[in-house]
Amino acid sequence: MLEIITASILTTVQDAGRHGWQAFGVPVSGPMDAFAHRAANLLVGNPAEAAALEIGYSSAAFLAHQDCLIAAAGPGFTLTVNDRPMHMWTAVYVRENWRFQLDKTDSGNWATLAIHGGIQTPLVLGSRATYLRTTLGADPARPLQASDLIPIGAPSRPLLELASRTMPLRLNYSPNPTIHVIPGPQISCFTPASLSTFYASTYTISPTSDRIGYRLNGPALERTVTGELLSEGMVRGCIQIPADGLPIVMQADCPTTGGYPKIVSVISVSQPILAQVPVGTGEIRFAETTIEKAQAGYREMMNSLEKSIIQPLPDDYSW
Amino acid sequence: MFSTLPLSDSASILHFGNRIDPAVNRQVHLLAAALALDPLPGVIETVPGYVSLVVHYDPLILNHAQVADWLACHSDSAESILTRPAQRIEVPVEYGGEDGLDLAFVAAYCHLTPAEVIRIHSETEYTVYMMGFSPGFAYMGKIPAALVTPRLETPRTCVHAGTVAIAGEQTGIYPIDSPGGWRLLGHTNLLPFMALRNPPFLFAPGDTILFRPERSAA
Repeated sequence: MLEIITASILTTVQDAGRHGWQAFGVPVSGPMDAFAHRAANLLVGNPAEAAALEIGYSSAAFLAHQDCLIAAAGPGFTLTVNDRPMHMWTAVYVRENWRFQLDKTDSGNWATLAIHGGIQTPLVLGSRATYLRTTLGADPARPLQASDLIPIGAPSRPLLELASRTMPLRLNYSPNPTIHVIPGPQISCFTPASLSTFYASTYTISPTSDRIGYRLNGPALERTVTGELLSEGMVRGCIQIPADGLPIVMQADCPTTGGYPKIVSVISVSQPILAQVPVGTGEIRFAETTIEKAQAGYREMMNSLEKSIIQPLPDDYSW
Repeated sequence: MFSTLPLSDSASILHFGNRIDPAVNRQVHLLAAALALDPLPGVIETVPGYVSLVVHYDPLILNHAQVADWLACHSDSAESILTRPAQRIEVPVEYGGEDGLDLAFVAAYCHLTPAEVIRIHSETEYTVYMMGFSPGFAYMGKIPAALVTPRLETPRTCVHAGTVAIAGEQTGIYPIDSPGGWRLLGHTNLLPFMALRNPPFLFAPGDTILFRPERSAA
């Protein structure tokens, strides 16, 4: 068991996502930062899809009720275990009754905390991902709070064998990134002037943003076709333009269908980077790429992630 | 029969038309069923729309050209068996009241009395065309021309689960508390979605739906 001592503003259990039910209106959910989620799980020797904690927006503290192996990943957070600073993106051995915490110290919104054995909350519709609009992943439907106990799976390997594994590879996290996009199915609904504006401008993330979508502040975009589309399938990364012309980027909890025109979609490699842009202050620029480059880049990123994990030799320990 | 475009680098979208049309919608569901019978490793799921179909896939396994090739092989899909037989479901509704906040507006907009709105809405048989927006939300149509009313300009921040609503040619029942932009007519105690119920979802595409007034707002 893991006990929450202090929950962050939004702490939830997320596995890689609830697949297979979108045709019934059930969102995929899952991590806001799929790169950090995958890295943390692989570092502790879990399957990449295992359920982990997603810690959003602020600091969190935990108490281990048993010996366990953890890894924390994500920009802007630091890890302290039993009052000692530890590396992020590294498997760390934690003893029973030790406290550890993730402190939000820099730019970034979401940290993943993975534990060897995986979080073992009940499966609902085949997944442990949390969708707080209803009791999917959390019953009652609320974020995790102080005193909550998180069940952990039994170890499948001796924990000390995996301790100190680390991953030097990082995404290009940045508070002011260039986010790559490919054209959306309704790009022809937008004037050439609007498209030029979109690619030439900077946008910031509105505080009304959440796990469902990031609303962007910046120049409004004009449509050539008014009126609504028939509802059709949607996916995370799509950028919808509603009547007010301000872009909304679909995120992990986005609805499965929508009726606003989709101008572009954020490529998978850029999605975690965008998710971690600081609300209000971070400045985003968009750049167009091709689907071929997007998919090749995604495969390279995910395949090199696992290969980049290293097991330091005992003499390399820095503490 | 359809065009194919990337929706993102992990999904493709097929378009069959641009108006709510039962024959076109049937083609969408037939293709979805045909694809499910001939699965391509790497395809995760498909999401039918009124006149569209989204195919979600894992870009670590497939690229968009491979998905397009697979789809092209199925452009002439034969009759196939849907996953569950279509059902005919009666939905008891209390029209008006706290959850029917727009009944008077719809009546005025359509130049009808509230009783006539209730009569027309409840005498029509609807087909479930697709599901989306919220877990268990079924898009039902078509609303008769006499009752077609545009949605709200600004959605309400909270519409309660069980609220019966209309917008344009569509009608539906909000399955969970959520924001909503449709015109609210009344309330049903039937819950379209419950995570731990068997079955979790009351409705599926192809179902025929009738609304039965329990008590009118007159």
